[in-house]
Amino acid sequence: MFKRIFSKRNRVLLAELVRTDFKLRYQGSVLGYVWSLLRPLLLFTILYLVFIKFLKVNYDVPHSAVYLLVGIVLWNFFLELTAGSIGSIVGRGDLIRKIRIPRWLIVLSSSLSAVISLFLNFIVIAVFMVLNHVAVTLNILQFPLVILELYLFGFGIALFLSAAFVKYRDVTYIWEVSCQALFYLTPLLYPVAKLHWPIVKEILFSSPLSQTIQAARYALVTNHTYTIAQAFHNDWLMGLPYVITAAVFIIGILYFRKKSKSFAEDI
Amino acid sequence: MTEDIAIKVDNLSKIFRLPHEKNSSLKSVAVNFYRRNKGYDLQKALENVSFEVHRGEFFGIVGRNGSGKSTLLKLLAGIYSPTSGGIQVNGSLTPFIELGVGFNMELTGRENVFLNGALLGFSRKEMTAMYDSIVEFAELEKFMDQKLKNYSSGMQVRLAFSIAIRARSDILLIDEVLAVGDANFQKKCTNQFVQIKSQGVTVVFVSHDMSMVERFCDRAVLINNGKVITIGKSSEVAREYEDFNLEQAKNNRGKKKGEQNTGNSGSLGNNAAKISCEIADKNGKAVNTIGSNESVTIKVKVDAISSFRNAILSFTLENVNGQTIFAGSTKDKKMSTFSLNKGQSKDFVLNIQNIFGEGEYIYDVEVATANRETIFGHVDNAAEVDINVYEPNGWLMRPSYEVVER
Repeated sequence: MFKRIFSKRNRVLLAELVRTDFKLRYQGSVLGYVWSLLRPLLLFTILYLVFIKFLKVNYDVPHSAVYLLVGIVLWNFFLELTAGSIGSIVGRGDLIRKIRIPRWLIVLSSSLSAVISLFLNFIVIAVFMVLNHVAVTLNILQFPLVILELYLFGFGIALFLSAAFVKYRDVTYIWEVSCQALFYLTPLLYPVAKLHWPIVKEILFSSPLSQTIQAARYALVTNHTYTIAQAFHNDWLMGLPYVITAAVFIIGILYFRKKSKSFAEDI
Repeated sequence: MTEDIAIKVDNLSKIFRLPHEKNSSLKSVAVNFYRRNKGYDLQKALENVSFEVHRGEFFGIVGRNGSGKSTLLKLLAGIYSPTSGGIQVNGSLTPFIELGVGFNMELTGRENVFLNGALLGFSRKEMTAMYDSIVEFAELEKFMDQKLKNYSSGMQVRLAFSIAIRARSDILLIDEVLAVGDANFQKKCTNQFVQIKSQGVTVVFVSHDMSMVERFCDRAVLINNGKVITIGKSSEVAREYEDFNLEQAKNNRGKKKGEQNTGNSGSLGNNAAKISCEIADKNGKAVNTIGSNESVTIKVKVDAISSFRNAILSFTLENVNGQTIFAGSTKDKKMSTFSLNKGQSKDFVLNIQNIFGEGEYIYDVEVATANRETIFGHVDNAAEVDINVYEPNGWLMRPSYEVVER
């Protein structure tokens, strides 16, 4: 199966689709690719000024600026991965109606664009880590796995949403609102330790988003941060976000596969 | 499936579900959600279609607009999935059915070549190797670094065709590709077709152009309303298609005007002039069949229902495919315009040299001002001329010609 999925034709096509996506993204803008770096940097500056300088939120962690930045970057990655892929199938309707290519390739290529942006953002994070004298520990080895988990979670959602969007254009609005809710359900701007009831922490950490972002902060910035191990006191429950990730990924694939048969007629 | 069969289509049906109402408001969404069974129309695009395409064959799919031939091609290409029935394909198939699919207007010609090549499964390295010959074939050397949106449609098609012919697959699917491009480029395309044919590639070709079908296709299938009308040698199918079209045209005319062949009056324009016309033989008798050696004579009578001034008379001759074969007017002949007062009438006789191929033709006659700003009278599909040739061959023209030996 893997041989079929990664056949030469698919690989070539994927590379070309990603290239085109990236080329077109910043076309007509003066700064071009620089925006991939500038956008999270500017957002970070705002949040840094508001939460750390003015509100003086105490995150109880060293290097709170980098800590904040990692969260923002990963959240933006998730947002770009999901919201950015919703329209990918419909947007490529010209291809789908007239050529037989694996449909998932289109969603994959749009998700890889998000991955490229993420890697550019890693440069920004690395620079800040150096400036802040963040000590790199062996924990950093967990980081790629954390990113992989977040990617699988986001890609599952992207597959589901892009397939649903073909028939129901409401999906964009629903997802927009859902993201607002998820934003506050994820400890991006507030310290988790400050939440009172344990049940709230458990709900929070059931979400793969909170779990991965805290794990990433743990891996990159500081082992003083609050992670899933502190939220759950039951080893079985700690598996919850992983189960959710796997379930979302599989459901996404199955739903997409079922719907993709009629994409050409439905678009 | 035996080895010499490239495509086998077996009892293929495709039904589209067209929803009655769009869930455009929140209320209708809610109502329909609870009602559950949404109303939709079933549109049978294809019904129990079966045929086989042999290996190395040039196979034509012909039919009128909306007959289901493009749906069939999309099913063959794997873009649609069949409602019932099956398609078996023996060998690799080009994945596209149209030229220039995936072309992006914001990218340069060069970038589009690589993108389009990737859709055919060529890597960047392979594309680099054949890039120069693609550009040369398309005759676009000077334009490759310009964005595609600055290309004319003809240039785009040329580029697309040049890439498409690189596709190395056992079976090619082609949907009306040669509609664009100048005569020179079309010639290149047809040469390419001949070459493809000699290489033993199987080609499935959808077209309206019967001369192309007859010229290239070995066999063809005629489809109407999603059903197979006939399958057979391309010349026979082409003939049948023309008969079929004519019948349809006759039916339409019959419906519109209630009578045929005896001269008709039209309704386009302000109806200041009533035009009646008929085909006449050399003795002036009304006929509807003309032999291959007789000239085409059309007698036209213009009656002024109300007065009009400075009019010209013009006519067009169309074949059953709706292609204009020939047009002429009193203006072309440098004749002076004419004016009629109410109740007056004027007769014209049109004599046209008969070099037309065998078949049936339809003509339109019009009385209008020289710039067509005001149309005084117009007869659409005035009547048909049936031109009989003793040795039918499907050619469009029979001009006289000489061969001089030196």
